[in-house]
Amino acid sequence: MPDLGKYTETVLGAYGISISIIVLFVLWTARRARIVKQELKKLEARSQNKN
Amino acid sequence: MSLWEHANPKKFMSLSGFILPYISTLSMILLSWGLLWGFFFTPDEVRQGSTVKIIYLHVPTGLLAINGWFVMLVGSLIWLIRRHHVSALIAKATAPVGLIMTIIAILTGAIWGQPMWGTFWAWDPRLTSFLILFLFYLGYISLWKTIQNPEKAADLTSLLCIVGTVFAILSRYAVNFWNQGLHQGASLSLDKTENISNTFYIPLLISIAGFLTLFLTLVLIKTRTEIRLRRLSNLHLIESRS
Repeated sequence: MPDLGKYTETVLGAYGISISIIVLFVLWTARRARIVKQELKKLEARSQNKN
Repeated sequence: MSLWEHANPKKFMSLSGFILPYISTLSMILLSWGLLWGFFFTPDEVRQGSTVKIIYLHVPTGLLAINGWFVMLVGSLIWLIRRHHVSALIAKATAPVGLIMTIIAILTGAIWGQPMWGTFWAWDPRLTSFLILFLFYLGYISLWKTIQNPEKAADLTSLLCIVGTVFAILSRYAVNFWNQGLHQGASLSLDKTENISNTFYIPLLISIAGFLTLFLTLVLIKTRTEIRLRRLSNLHLIESRS
């Protein structure tokens, strides 16, 4: 860990908050994409079975 | 092959599906490289001390917050002129990503501002324009959710996007228009003599590239999701009618 001096909390706070937001957003985006893809797959399979 | 062929949802899904693994891998590499280099291997700055390391978060996200809006503007204009649904969906998908970039830019700016300026916030031209841009992002996303008819939603959000572009431009150029305020001028310039030192500049460029590829990855994923949602909605409609 580099010596951040008197700004340790400031810098670590900025990095901590930013990386947390990015990670959460990426996970949420990926999860939503997966759920919608699965839902579409089910519905398309159902439509094909009906036809 | 014309670029407009990718306005076809199937062609867009095919191309984006091919690109996605490469661009997402590239974003992970560049983002890690830029942030790790910036955090661990750059020195403190004379006046700002170790807070200069926040630049590797603040500047890329600030740039993408502004340029994300321009991506939405292009998508909106293409929708209004050529009525390509995929372009409207790209604009819709870009908004939450741009919003997240704006939030990170504002938060890191506030955290950085406290030790440097003695305040988390000032009603400086650039900061104020940025805050208004943040509100426009919120308004744009809310408008999409509020209007049921997708074509009407695309029309109205496109008009909102055009209006909001004023604040995207002001966020970038406010420092030039009003020769006042706490926020410094650009850290990057095509004129090399105006740039920050290479010690910080090169990892900053890598960080920007990392955030840009992350932005593109997320926009592609979200656009694909929006196209699938549109298809889901159409299938539900067909099912309910049969």
